[in-house]
Amino acid sequence: MSIDITTAAKVAKLARIKVEDDALPALAEEFNAILGFIEQLEEVDVEGVEPMTSVTPQRLKRREDVVTDGDQQEKVLSNAPDAREGFFAVPKVVE
Amino acid sequence: MADLNKLTLADARDKLRGKEITSVELTEACLSAVDGAKALNAFVHDTPDLALEQAKAADARLAEGDAPSMCGLPIGIKDLFCTKGVASQAASAILEGFKPEYDSTVSQNLRDAGAVMLGKLNMDEFAMGSSNETSVYGDVVNPWKVDDRNLTPGGSSGGSASAVAADLCLAATGTDTGGSIRQPAAFTGIVGIKPTYGRCSRWGVVAFASSLDQAGPMTKTVRDAAIMLEAMCGHDAKDSTSVDMAVPNFEAALDGDIKGKTIGIPKEYRMDGMPGEIEALWSQGTEMLKDAGAKIVDISLPHTKYALPAYYVIAPAEASSNLARYDGVRYGHRAKLSQGDGITEMYEKTRAEGFGPEVQRRIMIGTYVLSAGFYDAYYNRARRVRTLIKKDFEDVFAQGVDAILTPATPSAAFGLGEMKDADPVQMYLNDVFTVTVNLAGLPGISVPAGLDKKGLPLGLQLIGKPFEEGELLQFAHTLERAAGFVAKPEKWW
Repeated sequence: MSIDITTAAKVAKLARIKVEDDALPALAEEFNAILGFIEQLEEVDVEGVEPMTSVTPQRLKRREDVVTDGDQQEKVLSNAPDAREGFFAVPKVVE
Repeated sequence: MADLNKLTLADARDKLRGKEITSVELTEACLSAVDGAKALNAFVHDTPDLALEQAKAADARLAEGDAPSMCGLPIGIKDLFCTKGVASQAASAILEGFKPEYDSTVSQNLRDAGAVMLGKLNMDEFAMGSSNETSVYGDVVNPWKVDDRNLTPGGSSGGSASAVAADLCLAATGTDTGGSIRQPAAFTGIVGIKPTYGRCSRWGVVAFASSLDQAGPMTKTVRDAAIMLEAMCGHDAKDSTSVDMAVPNFEAALDGDIKGKTIGIPKEYRMDGMPGEIEALWSQGTEMLKDAGAKIVDISLPHTKYALPAYYVIAPAEASSNLARYDGVRYGHRAKLSQGDGITEMYEKTRAEGFGPEVQRRIMIGTYVLSAGFYDAYYNRARRVRTLIKKDFEDVFAQGVDAILTPATPSAAFGLGEMKDADPVQMYLNDVFTVTVNLAGLPGISVPAGLDKKGLPLGLQLIGKPFEEGELLQFAHTLERAAGFVAKPEKWW
């Protein structure tokens, strides 16, 4: 599987990382080197093997479905690049 | 008393309790060592006022005879751990200015155990790297030096390794996703243990790959690792993968006998092109454990070869998901926007400016392997291979093997910048001996075992059974005593 410039651009878009057009060929080349390495996995016979979901045998613990925390608006917003009137502020989303 | 910063945790603890020294004296010695070691670039956010305040409180507790296990002991905290009111930015520009309103469970556990925090330690950005060259703070320098080159301390916990090896702090926290505690420990001649997955709470530790990440201590001795690990771990309701199991007294288990125990030597770890010195060290380590009464058996872990490629699917996949949260909205950096830019441009510019090249690369690889059409071929296949890798270990443990001995790294520390033009895969090979342990969720420890011809430290790795850290530390302690590694880097900084 070889990644071309169009695929590299698509992946960057999906990852929401701006990559300038002139940087795409080098990026595609790096992807190909890494994917070439990963492709060794095709040699392994995985017939009938379950994909791992948990590395420890335990099941995830459940907790009571109750409110455990809250009333921390100021703390929650304290690190925001732009917070106004008790909200996170972002550029206009809806026209 | 001179050079208090050179003490081990165990010795400092005993001297504090014996009223020979005070925590303030000890903390001041460390702070002055930190100040004098800017050339190493290990500490990146110093907290001297907080440290002295904590030291005074510790002295008061010691005077009252109410001293918990780490009372008054000065340590460094990797920048990946959230620390209340203290910058915590995972060595990334995207978390510039982030000061958490809370402590991670592990750093809180250490606070509760009375430890003194000297500051935050440099690392690879988001713990992605094996040489500490991807940090927004710049490279960390290894205190070990054999010629005019500056060497890497390894990564990603490079600041922790460098700080402990240079006696800037008595010990430090690290995290290990593919070898990030054990490889830097080996490169700097210190001890580093990654406990079983689930031993330490991941809550409040900036996430890289959640199914692989574990915190652990980086220390000068195995005894210190036992002391600090016990303080760090324990069940935490805030991390659903943290195990609800009692934490044993690891230190008390250290002096047990390893007679009659079985150590496995996996043939797949004998790699082509492995330096002869590492091969020789491995044989010496095997002999040492044999002399201590252990039975040595050859074992096979047939899927070892596929661990790194599986890791480089699973870890980037999880990272791409975990790092989606850095979007310029809730914390950290937001890019300056141009006229007409909407929210998508904000995300894309923020993430392009905030993430360094290695982090961007891994996010995009992760995005690719999870994308429609490739999910089965890459991600699910890698998770199946992971099941087989874990089974390899289960099989040898079922055959009666108690622990496995391997080299910790395929080489000694290399020069900073030397891998700059290599393709990313070459750097990934640093973790070839350590990454299997994360994939199988097992505990692993790196113990300094000797010096190479040039005089650089080399480590051996012991891999234990799940939740058998006590026994693993006992093997490590035996190896440490037999190897008698006492070399320290000569001070040049």
